[in-house]
Amino acid sequence: MTDKTKDRAIINAEESREYLTFTLGDEEYGMDILNVQEIRGYDAVTKIANSPDFIKGVINMRGVIVPIIDMRLKFHLGDAEYNQFTVVIILNIVGRVVGMVVDGVSDVVALKPDQIRPAPEFGAILDTAYIDGLATLDERMVIVVDIEKLMSSGEMGLMDQIQSGAV
Amino acid sequence: MTIDMSQFYQVFFEEAAEHLAQMESLLLELDVETADKEMLNAIFRAAHSIKGGAGTFGFSDMAQVTHVLETLLDRLRKQELKPTTAMVDAFLDAGDVLKAQLAAHQEGDTFEDPSIAQVCAVLQQLAHGDAASPLAVTPPPPPPPVARTKPEVAADSAGAGPVDHDEGETAPVCWRIEIDRNLAGEALATSLDGLVEVLSEKGTLEQLSGEEETTLCWHLTTAVDRSEILDTLDFVCDEAAVKLVPVASVPADDTETGEDPGYGFFAPPTEEPVASNDENDEGYGFFTDAPGATQAMDQEHPGYGLYGGAPGMEQVAAQVARQQQEADQGFGFFEDAPGGPASEQAPSSGAAPPVNVPPAGGGPRQPPPRRPPAGDTSIRVSVEKVDQLINLVGELVITHAMMAESISMLDPVTHQSIFNGLSNLERNSRDLQQAVMSIRMMPISFVFNRFPRVVRDTASALSKKVNLKLMGEDTELDKGLIERLADPLNHLVRNSIDHGIESPAQRQAAGKPEAGQIVLRASHQGGNIVVEVSDDGAGLNREKLLAKAMEKGVPLPENPSNKDVWHLIFAPGFSTADTVTDISGRGVGMDVVRRNIEEMNGRVEIDSELGQGTRIVIRLPLTLAILDGMSVRMHDEIFILPLTAIRESVRPRREQVKTVSGKGRVFQVGEEYLPLVELRRIFSQDAAHLPVEDGIVVIVDTGEGRAALLVDELMAQHQVVIKSLETNYRKVDGVSGATIMGDGRVALILDVDELMKINRRLNPSTAPTMVQESGT
Repeated sequence: MTDKTKDRAIINAEESREYLTFTLGDEEYGMDILNVQEIRGYDAVTKIANSPDFIKGVINMRGVIVPIIDMRLKFHLGDAEYNQFTVVIILNIVGRVVGMVVDGVSDVVALKPDQIRPAPEFGAILDTAYIDGLATLDERMVIVVDIEKLMSSGEMGLMDQIQSGAV
Repeated sequence: MTIDMSQFYQVFFEEAAEHLAQMESLLLELDVETADKEMLNAIFRAAHSIKGGAGTFGFSDMAQVTHVLETLLDRLRKQELKPTTAMVDAFLDAGDVLKAQLAAHQEGDTFEDPSIAQVCAVLQQLAHGDAASPLAVTPPPPPPPVARTKPEVAADSAGAGPVDHDEGETAPVCWRIEIDRNLAGEALATSLDGLVEVLSEKGTLEQLSGEEETTLCWHLTTAVDRSEILDTLDFVCDEAAVKLVPVASVPADDTETGEDPGYGFFAPPTEEPVASNDENDEGYGFFTDAPGATQAMDQEHPGYGLYGGAPGMEQVAAQVARQQQEADQGFGFFEDAPGGPASEQAPSSGAAPPVNVPPAGGGPRQPPPRRPPAGDTSIRVSVEKVDQLINLVGELVITHAMMAESISMLDPVTHQSIFNGLSNLERNSRDLQQAVMSIRMMPISFVFNRFPRVVRDTASALSKKVNLKLMGEDTELDKGLIERLADPLNHLVRNSIDHGIESPAQRQAAGKPEAGQIVLRASHQGGNIVVEVSDDGAGLNREKLLAKAMEKGVPLPENPSNKDVWHLIFAPGFSTADTVTDISGRGVGMDVVRRNIEEMNGRVEIDSELGQGTRIVIRLPLTLAILDGMSVRMHDEIFILPLTAIRESVRPRREQVKTVSGKGRVFQVGEEYLPLVELRRIFSQDAAHLPVEDGIVVIVDTGEGRAALLVDELMAQHQVVIKSLETNYRKVDGVSGATIMGDGRVALILDVDELMKINRRLNPSTAPTMVQESGT
């Protein structure tokens, strides 16, 4: 983990990084594109009993069993509809593969470190603890999320074994 | 030129481990009363090879232990001493010490332990013990250099074997080096110049053959010893292609004559008086260590020593065979010759070629039967690679099933070729799957083979007599299972010896043979592996078990069946042993056994007859990666129920379901009431309640006894590839894993034991008196 952060710092100093932006409710978020494995549509999931409602279940992704989380349910963003436009971002977080349902995927943007400003305490959907900063693109504001931190947090209940170590 | 030996270490470790294992199994087979000479020889060879290797690689601590071991063994095989049980014990202990040393070296460590000195002392004492007795045959004295009648003998000795001494640096000797180009292979051609250069550095090199000849020939006059030259040559060509002989002793390319003087020289009777009784043991040690002797040994037994493989090539095979026999005979002669009055005649014929000397020990010894080298027929592959292969093939099978499903809506007549292709694909992928799975399969003898030792040690610690019988050692099962089976079996066998088999006196009183018998049997039964541990001991005592259960407060049914009672021994902390020994009696073992077996999706059954013995049967799936299961439907979800858990399924009638204190429900099957587990209640509390008569009840075996599982429908039987949910998610209650069905969807595999627990949580008042509880 520390190694990774160090690497990132070195890259940061020199060049811009690419971010995948997605929308949740009215807000636009960005996350490090290196954590994205692929983007796919929403398939039928196998429900997992006695799990929180935002964990939709698991899918078979080419032989790998991947849990699917609906961020819209997690953050209570109105109705979560599942149709052919529903998008799942497959993330690779510290070696684990997790699918994340969002409202939409909009763009891939390059951001230089100095474009990302520290986030003030504000009422975003996500807790500030998981937010790296804010960036402005044209007229839009992009909230840059530390997706690794978010997904491995105890709040998501995704990873029971590494929870104690990572958080 | 210095050679980095470390690159060969691994070879030595593997070889030494094999030799140790071989030695141990031979020792265990050895019948002290009627010791087979061939067997003693085989043990000696194993020990000797280890010593040779250890010496070569500078593991002097191992060489030391083996040396002491060898000294005693040597006296045994020469029949100077009678093997005793104490000796076998000492050998086994020495084997353990060597194993520990080997393990330590493997980690770049050294094994320091008082046990080394202790074992050596015991061995030495045993070897000495009879040395003073008049029966002992005087061993040959240390060969003083004066005795070297011919200079070439000195040369031969100077070519020190693996255990190097200062002798290696004696006066320059002329060696004849011959390399067969045909055997040497490609490498030689490219590195010939380099070789010549390196050899020239060592001494005066004289080339005898032309560049184009098939056999390259040099004379090298040098002070370095034989093994060093061989090492050098080893780098450019196969050892088999090299012939290295001291020039003077070998007139032409006839190697066998080279051996003879070496033997003849020990023979002159003039040597006799030199040997005094006091010197005996020392002389012995020296003798075994004598470079000439070691080297001779190495040549005699190709394939045993590290360098022993030299004469193993086809071209000289016949010659070697002859040479070997001669050498063996010669060896025999000179072993027995220099002491015993009986063989007084032999030395007188000293100068005669050994062939003509009748071996003192009886008929001519046959070279030991060789096993074909295993190296050619197997490769070592990391388990990870195999697992990856298994995973990929699993995917292939799933993909095929998905394709089959999607073309099923096509018209078979117009798309015949697709259907044909797909059925071919199906057959091939199934074959492939089986072939790949078989890579992981190993014979169960890998576990069984350790038991002769376990039984021996445990039985002697308890002063009982036990014979072990192994059956079905070739039964194959998954490597992962084999490793995890070792511990439970160990517990079971030790338990059988401790609690099952009675003391010899008790057995005699009961009219049984003095020695108890334990049988380990493995076999295939359907899709399962059945491993059985049975003994002809006292059997389980129902009354004693029941009394103990009362004392411990373990709940039991009103009229417990024998089976219920036997299963008590699996309860944690349950032990009927009156005293706790270091072998068993703490009541932990059997609990662990059951847990381990159940983790492997297996089951344990016990059969026992008081006074007749006990039989414990373990049933395991063939592999950990694939599970035989029944798919069951719950609402619109599919689950997999492991077949091993399923007893039967019943179409329920409403009146079979009884409600206990208004909450939990039980299901009546015959006389029994089983707790009713409703899958719908456990997995989706919001789903509509299923009327009992619309579903189907599956009777399952759980760790807490039987239970009735209510599902919507039984679908089909499958072989499913087990996938972990924990890889990307976390443990889910009531589910042991997941699998991918033919349609590509994920199905969860049910864990009936956990379902029981969840069910109990949901119905806290389900009367436990109705079921047998093991007290967990």
